[in-house]
Amino acid sequence: MPLVGSSVRRNEDVRLLTGRALFVDDVQLPGMLHVAFLRTDHAHARLTRLDVSVARQRAGVVAVYTASDLGDYGQPGPLLVPPPPIDGLTFVTRTQVPLVRDKSRHVGEPVAMVVAESRYVAEDAVDDIVAEWEPLGAVVDLEAALEARAPRVHDDLPDNVAAHVVQVIGDYEAAKRTAHTVIARRFHYDRGIGGAIENRAVVAQWDARAEELTVWDTTQAPIPIRNGLAAKLGLRESQVRVVAPFVGGGFGPKIMMFYAEEVLVPWAAMRLGRPVKWTEDRRENFTGTTQERGQVHDAELCVSADGRIVAVKDVFLHDSGAYDSYGLTIPINTQCTLLGPYVVPNYYSEFTAVFTNKTLVTPVRGAGRQHGVFVMERLLDGAARALGIDRVEIRRRNYLASGQFPHDHKVIYQDFQPLVYDSGDYGPALDEAARLIDYDRFKREEQPKALLAGRHLGIGVVSYIEGTGIGPYEGARVAIDPSGQVRVATGVGTQGQGHFTAFAQIVAQVLDVNVEDVSVCTGDTREFNWGTGTFASRGAVVAGSACHAAAVAVRERILDVASRVLAVPREAVVVAGGRVRAAGATDDGLTLGELARQANPLRGAVRPGSAPGLEATAYYGPDRGTTASGVHAMVLEVDPETAMVQVLRYVVVHDCGTLINPMLVEGQVQGGVAHGIGNAFFEQLVYDETGQLQNATFMDYLIPTATDVPAVRMAHRETPAPNSPLGLKGVGEAGCIPTGALFAQALEDAVAEFGIEITEIPLSPDKLARLLTGRRAPKRNVVVVEGSFVFEGKREAVYALLHDADVLGASLPGAMRLAMTADGRYEGLMKVGIGPVTAAEFTMGVTLTDRDPPRGYGMIVEGKGSFGFTRGLATVQLLEHARGTEMTYRAEVQVGGTIAAVGQRLLDSVSRRMTAQALESLHTAMRSRL
Amino acid sequence: MKPAPFAYHRPASLDEALALLAQHADAKALAGGQSLIPAMNFRLARPGVLVDLNTIAELAAVRDDGGVLHLGAMTRQAVAERDPRVATHAPLLAEALPLVAHVQIRNRGTIGGSLAHADPSAELPAVMVALGATFHLRSATGARVMAAEAFFTGLFATALAPGELLVDIAIPRLDGAAGSCFLELARRHGDYALAGVAATLRLDDKGRIRDARIVLVSVGDGPVLAQRAIKAVNGERPGAELFREAAALAGTRDAEPPSDLHASAAYRRQLVTVLTRRALERATTRAAARAQTRQES
Repeated sequence: MPLVGSSVRRNEDVRLLTGRALFVDDVQLPGMLHVAFLRTDHAHARLTRLDVSVARQRAGVVAVYTASDLGDYGQPGPLLVPPPPIDGLTFVTRTQVPLVRDKSRHVGEPVAMVVAESRYVAEDAVDDIVAEWEPLGAVVDLEAALEARAPRVHDDLPDNVAAHVVQVIGDYEAAKRTAHTVIARRFHYDRGIGGAIENRAVVAQWDARAEELTVWDTTQAPIPIRNGLAAKLGLRESQVRVVAPFVGGGFGPKIMMFYAEEVLVPWAAMRLGRPVKWTEDRRENFTGTTQERGQVHDAELCVSADGRIVAVKDVFLHDSGAYDSYGLTIPINTQCTLLGPYVVPNYYSEFTAVFTNKTLVTPVRGAGRQHGVFVMERLLDGAARALGIDRVEIRRRNYLASGQFPHDHKVIYQDFQPLVYDSGDYGPALDEAARLIDYDRFKREEQPKALLAGRHLGIGVVSYIEGTGIGPYEGARVAIDPSGQVRVATGVGTQGQGHFTAFAQIVAQVLDVNVEDVSVCTGDTREFNWGTGTFASRGAVVAGSACHAAAVAVRERILDVASRVLAVPREAVVVAGGRVRAAGATDDGLTLGELARQANPLRGAVRPGSAPGLEATAYYGPDRGTTASGVHAMVLEVDPETAMVQVLRYVVVHDCGTLINPMLVEGQVQGGVAHGIGNAFFEQLVYDETGQLQNATFMDYLIPTATDVPAVRMAHRETPAPNSPLGLKGVGEAGCIPTGALFAQALEDAVAEFGIEITEIPLSPDKLARLLTGRRAPKRNVVVVEGSFVFEGKREAVYALLHDADVLGASLPGAMRLAMTADGRYEGLMKVGIGPVTAAEFTMGVTLTDRDPPRGYGMIVEGKGSFGFTRGLATVQLLEHARGTEMTYRAEVQVGGTIAAVGQRLLDSVSRRMTAQALESLHTAMRSRL
Repeated sequence: MKPAPFAYHRPASLDEALALLAQHADAKALAGGQSLIPAMNFRLARPGVLVDLNTIAELAAVRDDGGVLHLGAMTRQAVAERDPRVATHAPLLAEALPLVAHVQIRNRGTIGGSLAHADPSAELPAVMVALGATFHLRSATGARVMAAEAFFTGLFATALAPGELLVDIAIPRLDGAAGSCFLELARRHGDYALAGVAATLRLDDKGRIRDARIVLVSVGDGPVLAQRAIKAVNGERPGAELFREAAALAGTRDAEPPSDLHASAAYRRQLVTVLTRRALERATTRAAARAQTRQES
């Protein structure tokens, strides 16, 4: 049985499972220093004061750096992916700086870097730094960001538009006039974090004698990082070695140029002459590592009476975050992937990318494809319902036929090439998925029977395509060691995909050696000098094809050398089982190791046009990507009383061309489905109006666990990529791309009698309960405390007393002691502690506004302490009452920093409890004076 | 996410621990550490001194004292979960324990630690109130005993005085045709409950409900004794209509739920209503089964 196509066990698992694999945080060097960053708690604020003098004095602190210490090194980073060549495209480049200079543009931006003898001391010193901020209004909501009055993320731009792109096929408006039915909807699709188990980490060591810098980095793209660092640090590329060793998950966010920490740690190591380590903690990861987020789509699907697609229109907004360093990959993917496996004769797609005061958006597994698939599949479901056509049938009717490939959609894809589907065979995949999920029997028997028993089951079937394996190129070097071992080196990084096995299989098949005898090295720039990185489901396709080409070249070398050594013609050389021998010979011939030694003679000459050793380097650079596809189906159950959902069955029929290792593909797809289910029902980045991420922990950001994800039943179809020597297509992202659309369809089906329509992902039990009960969504995401209280006393007296510093202090939560510093302005300290949280002091300022004696006033309460900051906007009204004066109050509570990131679960309860306590103390303070 | 500096003590006896707690005003007792240590790593908790209770053997004993089951405060949740005496004596506790976070957390987490932490979303405080447990408290200067209900005084707040430790939890046996049920709904298995209900009740000879206790989780400052719902069912014959009414009272009147990222107050009320009804149904079925078994024997 050929090796390529077999579920060979993973070469890397022995090292991983016995704890011998090297991860960046495992790198321990003599004299190594540790870094902690001060990060801003403010999404959008001007930095008015930054004092690191106390931090610098702390014992064990070696250095503290701010933007002013960086000089030119603090320039904005490069634009990683320039905009593609699309007519009329506009794009504004704004990239991140290593340390905040004038203002913060998202929570978590680094402001100061502390280097100390231990991470503990470094974090103690971060606490010593004084930073003062003048808050600017935060840009959070995509539509609000485009209003004329919106604050600007970048002061020098006229608005918050990062890009505007239109791509067109045919004539949408003309086609619409011929349509039988038009389905028009507004969709919201949000995405989340990569959620790799290993956070980012960087260790750098400057060897002053060798004048060499070594950087261990969790990056997915070590070679571009090496090249960029060398340029930035004024070194030759050969002086810099970047090693991406074992990396615990990538999913996209680990490819960036540059993360602040990535440029600062090597810089500090060179400056200080000592090794420096920084390992990101989970708290930092939630705001400091890139993420993928929301789009808002206004979409229309025009169909004929028999459900054939006549035209599609889609106008959407895309959240770029504070900077757009990764270009337009995500929204272009959305725009292109929306077309799916379907014939779409007319298409109008327009998007606007918007700057917001949130963490940078860069690709996360799926990279915008989910958004597009969701829009198209939801529209098709709407059309199926409107026309009374079965959901599976309407898809089948619109598929590109197997004879229609290659199919050119005549729009530009993320790789700057026209979107051409190289091959595909969609109908049989759909049939197989329907059969495996038992679609017909489910609709006929299972679902109605369950309903009679009070159980709400639903089924869904959706399809998608994925452009994978894009250029520009990757390379590989294959060499046979005198030991007989085969060494493969390639430039891509690896983050758990199984490259050590997949690449070994490819090479082992060509050279006819054991897979275990092929050792693969990825992600070390000293081992391989050229390449781009692991992204866009391209590692196996592009680097794998390069490994194949290099192995084929080595096989040629083997034939040359063996022909000479065995003194037989090349055609008579047999390469098998790790040996070479002459055809028909009775002896065992030589091992490949022995042959390798013969190929590197101590005497004699290496003839012109030849080279020593059994070694070859080759490159693979596809003109364009290759199109993978698949169909997902699921059965789920909903409890309409509680809005809890359980996925009962999940089927994936997937086509990634020729399979290298079915087991690895299944692992990728199963993991992708877990990511997709997380995206559909569990994970969501929740930002408040001020740009605070409210769920920056795995307590509140819910990644589905093994108990929440079904075992996927999988079937493979293999439509080889026609332009790849091995027929490979990519698979890394496939599992998560259609899950949101599928979940929505199955859910609607389960509660069909409720007549709900799902136009938003992610869902949650709370959102689903709202849909099922018709309860309205809260308009804004803020904590409000309100109530009223009656004082025995005249309104004028009450009003006057409320201006007394002691009384006003008593009226505010947390036993505040206030002093009046000006008319209507008070300052003081608030002490707050609850449960395990140590009582901490907040420096408070209270400003009375809109004073209208004796009827009431407004109040702005601001406080800051080591846990973060709080801001309250209150209105207080005083009314005549039979028993004296009735005070009604309403306050909105905003928090930032640690309390915002980790304390949301308790914010409402704590606010209410503190308000109740405050009213009690106010009552006491007033009673003694009235 | 590294804690601020602190001093660490590992006393070998309860008396030594109590002396240390009396001596250091800024000391925190460290039980399983499953809430305290993360809070310290976020630097939200900054105790100057940690008094580690993990090597005090006398605090980790489980003892069946005839009609009363004693759980030492340092009994690991996983140990209680597997102890057959807990399963027979307090099936409500046995039903709730697997829902407390994840098995890794229960391996370290202690019964007493969870109770003293008094998280409003925690299962164990509600279970103890529903079971009518009695808590034994010790300090360097004395000892006292109080009902679980009185122990929980508010949001993360208990009756523990500074320097005082919860040392023992005494759970009375539910006698007669008693039944109980613990139900909760969480986003994922092991998450804090969006809402939960602990219910215990007894059926008298005439099949009427007696001694019902319904305690709600995650819908107030602490365990919420659903007084109105309890009043509605006590003395009544079980039935679908009765349970629907009682459950509605629990959801709309007894619960005072907060809103947070995962559930609005309105949704929590909905869940309390559904869960209370289901818990009452199951507790009644179980009580009736006990009655049946007793009759047969």
